[in-house]
Amino acid sequence: MLRLRDAFSLPLVSASEGALRSWRRTERTGLALLLVVFVCSTAYSATTAVSGHDSIPTVLWRWAPLLLWGFLFNLIISALSMAVGTAAGLPLGIFQLSPNPLVSRPAKLVTQFFRNAPWLVLLFICVLLLPFEFRIGTLRIPFPDWAKAVIGFALPAMANVAEIVRGAVQSVPSGQWESAESLCFSRRQTMMQIILPQCIKRMLPPWMNLYSLITMSSVNASVVGVTEMLTITTQVHAAEGSRPELLAPLYSFSLICFFLYSYPISKWTEYLERKYQVKE
Amino acid sequence: MTELAPSRPEPSAAPSRAFVSLRDVHKSFGHVQVINGMSLDVARGQTICIIGPSGSGKSTLIRCINALVPMNSGSITVDGIEVNGPKLDKLALRRKVGIVFQQYNLFPHKTALQNIMMAPVTVLKQDKAEVEARAHALMKKVRLSGKEASYPGELSGGQQQRVAIARALAMRPEVMLFDEVTAALDPETKKEVLFTIQELAKDGMTCIVVTHEMGFAREVADHIYFTEGGLIVEHGPPAEFFGHAKDPRTREFLSQVL
Amino acid sequence: MQPIYDWFRAFYERTGINLTFIYDSFDRARMIKGFWLTIELSVVTIVISILIGVFGAWLQGSRFTFVRRVVDGFISAFRNTPPLVQIYFFYFGLGYLLPRVMDPATGAMAPVVTNFQWAILSLSLFAGAFNIEIFRSGIEAVPKSMREAAESLGYTRGQIYLYVVLPLAVRNCLPALGNNLVNLVKTTNLAYAIAVPELMYVSKEIWSDATNVREMMLTLLIIYILLVAILVAGLNRLERALRIPGYIHAGGN
Repeated sequence: MLRLRDAFSLPLVSASEGALRSWRRTERTGLALLLVVFVCSTAYSATTAVSGHDSIPTVLWRWAPLLLWGFLFNLIISALSMAVGTAAGLPLGIFQLSPNPLVSRPAKLVTQFFRNAPWLVLLFICVLLLPFEFRIGTLRIPFPDWAKAVIGFALPAMANVAEIVRGAVQSVPSGQWESAESLCFSRRQTMMQIILPQCIKRMLPPWMNLYSLITMSSVNASVVGVTEMLTITTQVHAAEGSRPELLAPLYSFSLICFFLYSYPISKWTEYLERKYQVKE
Repeated sequence: MTELAPSRPEPSAAPSRAFVSLRDVHKSFGHVQVINGMSLDVARGQTICIIGPSGSGKSTLIRCINALVPMNSGSITVDGIEVNGPKLDKLALRRKVGIVFQQYNLFPHKTALQNIMMAPVTVLKQDKAEVEARAHALMKKVRLSGKEASYPGELSGGQQQRVAIARALAMRPEVMLFDEVTAALDPETKKEVLFTIQELAKDGMTCIVVTHEMGFAREVADHIYFTEGGLIVEHGPPAEFFGHAKDPRTREFLSQVL
Repeated sequence: MQPIYDWFRAFYERTGINLTFIYDSFDRARMIKGFWLTIELSVVTIVISILIGVFGAWLQGSRFTFVRRVVDGFISAFRNTPPLVQIYFFYFGLGYLLPRVMDPATGAMAPVVTNFQWAILSLSLFAGAFNIEIFRSGIEAVPKSMREAAESLGYTRGQIYLYVVLPLAVRNCLPALGNNLVNLVKTTNLAYAIAVPELMYVSKEIWSDATNVREMMLTLLIIYILLVAILVAGLNRLERALRIPGYIHAGGN
């Protein structure tokens, strides 16, 4: 049954056993596919290029370091967002399970709200509506755009982490709660010492999946003007005289960078999923 | 010395001599009446067995005794502690009452020894060295010396169940509840566990055992209660119960399982 | 309807909450057009991505290793790259490389594929890649014994697929598919980046003119949440209609 709150979880990542076998070759094939696209579009662009300009490989070679710096910004933004989101999502998930409705209802509302909202809208809200600096007494702390973007991504991350935590805790058999209660453990002790340690393994694959999604979404920050790989790509393009044939190669360069980063992560996620399944 | 308990509530039937006393317990889940007025007494050192078809309320009754499940009406007293009382000290109750479940419910992320040690150290704040020594002794008692460092996943079902018994014993309870502890085990490993319970009973522990094992009940129990439809239909000492069951429902059940 | 609009105009004057898209006819028209474009974008991409999913899942069962590898590579490429960059690549990168044709309406040279069409293509491929996986795991969750039983009753391979596997597979993957479609609806607002005048783009135009950022943001949130709620309700009804009593699907809820 697709309940409203389940509807907003992340798309399916894990392949079933059958597809798992071909998975090892898959990432290489995916990369090969991207490279093929890259080479073809570059070659075609080259044929339509106006002579007298630098060739496409030269241009890319010249700008690659800067573009990679931009990629680093993406990674930093997504890492910070995940850190903040996880730190906030853990308690939020536990609050959702509290027997006290004064605690659990607001927690559930907050989680559902930030899971249902489109990420781009949340990003806009954070970047446009948050103040550009904080004033504490006479101290003025600037609040730059990229920091607002971090908050903008951390909000849906927090909600998704809360759901992951809630799902993991609820998947622990009720017998564990019963035997802990019979041995006089308090609810807090039970949660901290018995339930949560068992959950960490369960939470890791969906958490890594979420990290991958956040990293992919970090490019959306270019839409609100934050400096990262995509904005730098646009600037590079302008610096090269806005030659239209450069666009396909430049964007495929970005695609390949993200692919190379995401591939080990998804591979490791699958490894963890398999490892966890075998143990059960 | 056996305290025979009437199935109908009777005022002041010398409850002070009973260690565990249940009077007219009722429990329903929604519309389903699971326990319809059960009463029984257990004296200190006695072993009683509760048998009956599935769904007759046995497991729920056990869970009412140590307050895992709140009852709707009636009273349960364990050595003077009123389980249904408003000011129930759950910690005191659960220190007196140990329980072993059908699904063992060992903590999978801790070794066998750690499972046994966890509660006395964390909850009762007892000295770690002392608890460890006691844990080793308990492992020896359930005949699992050498498996202290094993994780539950590495142990067989019967071994896990014995660790679960040791874990409950580590709290030094005065009453032990067993909820169909051998139902999930194969016949070979069943014997190990039943033998452990038998030894415990011989040592003088008050035991309330819910079970399907008739052979065990006949040999070990001091008194047997037969439940059906949320009521205690018949009870008596084993010889009388198995030999001359009075109620036709009891006889029908016994003819099916024996 | 005019009294309602006037009430909102007065509301603005009283409280400062500016909802121009209600009382101003131009903004209202823009908003409605944007809303319908979002709906159109969502519906078309949902349909195409499902078709891609079905077709791709079928290809993945092919005997030829090469075909399977290509499909796997396609899925892998689209899953591990950002959808926004995919959209840019298609619209800016490939869009340039395609020929331009004379647009009879304006008399100017216009690209042969519009930005709206590129958005649909890119988003459908993105969601389709996930769908292939979902359909594949739904198909593989149907026990082999069922296929064997059908085969021994004389069904051909195609008939097994159509009459035995597919009905069960659909029920298996409905929750995951629902998730993915909901995410797709939320992802359609990336088309904003290539100036497709969907809801987000139109809202930005309105708040640029009227400087009512807060109100427009809140309205956007509410509209998207409502859209998603309607989609989920529809999917739930579909699931209930397809439910087989007593059938517990693998990996289910």
